Amino acid sequence: MARITAGVATSHVPAIGAAIDNGLTGTDYWKPVFAGYDFSKEWIRNNQPDVVILVYNDHASAFGMNMVPTFAIGCADEFAPADEGWGPRPVPKVVGCPELAWHIMQSVIQSDFDLTVINEMAVDHGLTVPLSLLFGQPQAWPCRVIPFAVNVVVYPPPSGQRCYQLGKAIRRAVDSFDEDLNVQIWGTGGMSHQLQGPRAGLINKEFDNAFLDRLAGDAEALAKIPHLDYVREAGSEGIELVMWLIMRGALNAKVRELHRFYHVPASNTAVGHMVLENVD
Amino acid sequence: MALDKPYADVPGTTIFDADMARRGYHLNQFCMSLMQAANRERFKADQRGYLDAWPMTEEQKMAVLARDYNGMIALGGNIYFLAKIFSTDGQSFEQAAASMTGLTREAYRSMMLGGGRSPKGNRYKGEKTDG
Repeated sequence: MARITAGVATSHVPAIGAAIDNGLTGTDYWKPVFAGYDFSKEWIRNNQPDVVILVYNDHASAFGMNMVPTFAIGCADEFAPADEGWGPRPVPKVVGCPELAWHIMQSVIQSDFDLTVINEMAVDHGLTVPLSLLFGQPQAWPCRVIPFAVNVVVYPPPSGQRCYQLGKAIRRAVDSFDEDLNVQIWGTGGMSHQLQGPRAGLINKEFDNAFLDRLAGDAEALAKIPHLDYVREAGSEGIELVMWLIMRGALNAKVRELHRFYHVPASNTAVGHMVLENVD
Repeated sequence: MALDKPYADVPGTTIFDADMARRGYHLNQFCMSLMQAANRERFKADQRGYLDAWPMTEEQKMAVLARDYNGMIALGGNIYFLAKIFSTDGQSFEQAAASMTGLTREAYRSMMLGGGRSPKGNRYKGEKTDG
């Protein structure tokens, strides 16, 4: 049987990818950011997943205004890194897991979450930066990845509550897959940031740390934060945090917090990172 | 009945809602075209000519030519789409964000290193703001 063993939450700031790709990880500015991932790199080497369900948002890369799916699952054999305007990141192609992806698609739609199936999709920094943060710069990514894209660009994004419940539906889907697979689910994006307008640069350490405090043990209530509170308190792009709730919903009610990291800033953004392990 | 916009009282912030998405459609799709290297070269060689091939308003075209990001956002542009323009220019998100706040790149970077813009005074329109 496939089983979800752990969840990872992490920001996916594009400048982090650029720092890795350009060899800047040791500079005074970037060193503290990457130090926050040392534990997790070691942890994942010892807890190698077969498949990662990677919840992220596309940033007008695969999805322009020609189509805007609220929830989309990548069912293809592989996904190429996107050219976001400065050429594709020099990272390996992402190898998918179509058999599990299609299984999740069927199961989750039958649980009333109407996913969009994607078979041709370039994946942008939202997906590749988390892989780089956890796996460094390998020749090939060490596991298969199911891209799970959530619209947080065009209003309205799905609510925190909807995302949390979707996580539970994904969990049921994985639990009913026959092949013996070690599956992790990652929720990415956030934490507080605003990239647009005169209020750009907004950071809310109190909001972010409260979110981190509540993610492991108080997720049911955390999921009830409305869209407006994210915008007002965590900046217009802070809404990405709803994707962490999909990850959390897919884990057990009881989890163990193995690692937590918080740092300001990476470019315009507060970096948050957490590793949660299922407890039976 | 008009759509409810509970976010309208958040200062210095434009939510990319149905009205903005409709208004900015061609502006944003122009931005998407810059994801191809050949199009970036064509745009850089003749910006006005490139823009004229898109059914954008004159106001939108002028805002692009002036790299007025707040102006583009007011005309329906979304920051993730507009990112294709400043990436084409070789600018980072940090530089673009600085330009929208009225700060120099150095002052903006220093604000971020100091912990970012506080939400205090920046939650509701009409509050005293720090920026």
